Amino acid sequence: MEQHIQHLYEMLSQVEGFIYPNELELQWGILIVIYPYITGLVAGAFILASLERVFNVKVLKPTYELALLTALAFLLVAALPLVSHLARPGRAFRIMITPNTHSAMAIFGFVYSWYLMAVLLLEIWFDYRKSFVVWSRERKGIMKWVYKILTLGVMDISPKAIEWDRKIGYFITVIGIPSAFLLHGYVGFIFGSIKANPWWSTVLMPIIFLFSAMVSGIALVLVIYMAVSYIRRQAIDMKALDAIARYLFFMLILDFTLESLDQIHRFYEAEESFEILSLLVSGRLYLTLIVFQVILGTLIPLVALGTLQLYKPREKIRKALYLSVSVLVLIGIFFMRWNVVIGGQLFSKSFRGFTSFKLGLVGSEGVLMGIVWIVLPFIILAFLLWFLPPWKKAEDDI
Amino acid sequence: MGTTKIKTNRREFLRSTATAAGGLFTFFWLQPTKAFILVSREEGVTEGPWYGIGIDIEKCIGCGKCAAACKDENDVPKDPFFFRNWVEQYTVKKDGSVVIESPNGGMDGFTQSVPDDQVFKSFFVPKMCNHCQTSPCVQVCPIGATYDSPEGVVLVDEESCMGCRYCVQACPYGCRYIHPKKNVVDKCTLCYHRIKKDLIPACFEVCPTGARIFGDLNDKNSELIRFLGEKNVQVLKAHLNTGSKLYYHSLSMEVL
Repeated sequence: MEQHIQHLYEMLSQVEGFIYPNELELQWGILIVIYPYITGLVAGAFILASLERVFNVKVLKPTYELALLTALAFLLVAALPLVSHLARPGRAFRIMITPNTHSAMAIFGFVYSWYLMAVLLLEIWFDYRKSFVVWSRERKGIMKWVYKILTLGVMDISPKAIEWDRKIGYFITVIGIPSAFLLHGYVGFIFGSIKANPWWSTVLMPIIFLFSAMVSGIALVLVIYMAVSYIRRQAIDMKALDAIARYLFFMLILDFTLESLDQIHRFYEAEESFEILSLLVSGRLYLTLIVFQVILGTLIPLVALGTLQLYKPREKIRKALYLSVSVLVLIGIFFMRWNVVIGGQLFSKSFRGFTSFKLGLVGSEGVLMGIVWIVLPFIILAFLLWFLPPWKKAEDDI
Repeated sequence: MGTTKIKTNRREFLRSTATAAGGLFTFFWLQPTKAFILVSREEGVTEGPWYGIGIDIEKCIGCGKCAAACKDENDVPKDPFFFRNWVEQYTVKKDGSVVIESPNGGMDGFTQSVPDDQVFKSFFVPKMCNHCQTSPCVQVCPIGATYDSPEGVVLVDEESCMGCRYCVQACPYGCRYIHPKKNVVDKCTLCYHRIKKDLIPACFEVCPTGARIFGDLNDKNSELIRFLGEKNVQVLKAHLNTGSKLYYHSLSMEVL
């Protein structure tokens, strides 16, 4: 704690202009940047999976289970940075037992639980049920029993039963799409509904969060699909890859349009907060917003993907380009979250000055911990891919 | 026979579930009890005291005693970035630019950093929680740890607060901080422990010029009501519709 206070004393010299005295300390740091980033990846990956299922985009079939498991791996981690950033993490459960119905944040536990329990786990269960049954018969030892337990005693794999699984799975996905929209649109609303903060307070915030979520989720599934194929030494289905990249391109256009609209609107209206926000964008957020988010994370990927829609080079080059573009997009969206969360706290609500943010290396709010939260979902995903390998799934008979 | 029975049961089950769900929906939608709640609330508000604050900027000399007294009275950390109560010095220069300062929250008094020949006007603005009627902080608290007392004081339940800091983000006036020792959010309580004993809050007690007026908005004879009647008053950031109950007289447009 002493260290924390010492850090704040050092920050005093970094203040520019006038801030209210309590504004020196940034309340939400790297963990709250990671939280919407991870939730966005979940929503985006799920929506990509839903395209195959609900809209019957057959070309995306090779990535369907991968996208679902990615969504699950990231969702399992999504709430952890949120809870660990609390000043009193032990009291987090109160959000479930005494929620204030007027609070946007209070709904988090319910939205999260709904999405995890009623959508993702159910959909994955129905999708894998037949495989659980088959695996529980094929495997030996403890794994036999693990899969047997996972069947929940439903051992019927007659074509009629499988057809029911498929129908229910479809139904869950149909519910899942608005749920995914809710999950991430809601995260945007947490910020967008804070009228005290002009950088956050925009009705477009939930929509922007939603589209950026889809962009990041699609890019993530593309990267994971390529990586998994590489590790398994399997040929990449180029049709699927091209299709994913095409969706990424369209979503990126929508996302960029919406974010531009938001900024143009701000610029044109030029309200009371305009001056301080202009200084914010051209000053403390220049690197993360203009360079990382807009140029590297949006414009370059847009040009590259746009070119690839018109001109198709050799597969090897396409793969390299898709991979680089997706990585850039993932970095760009990370900084989009950064610019919202950190950017919104850098300027004073007096509109007369700035505080600053120094990201430490260690500690629960440091870079290393941030990396842990980003890497953890990949470890969970690796486990899920071993435990529920999509490529060893029992084929549907119908 | 068995099939028929199951079907009947299922139909009945569906029917009763639908009736229950529909009934609940209608109940919550129409909120038939709301009328009673509203009536009782109205009565409650007019019965007991409902506190507000007046600050006469013309009388504030920037001694900072209010900020210091608040820290002593309420166990506020002494560091210069935790305040329940502070004073800002505004200096409008002849070129139109504005210099705002609040060194150590004004607790040690002020010096003028702008040379005399450049000063157009200068004044002090004491700041504290506005104890808003429709507080954004109360609205956003996910667990109801921040709440309105029946006297219109915005309080924090330290036993409940989980330190999510959403209220800190939602307060437009920068009046909240995380207490470094208690690890929960902290803010002005209008010295609730004092006002419940018919004492006035510490910052009002020590103000040497009577720039701060504490009073009951329900008491038509209170000093605060007289102040509101006699002076032109404004609240901070009125456009945010927070229902602020901190009324400033002689508030200049430079103040946000």
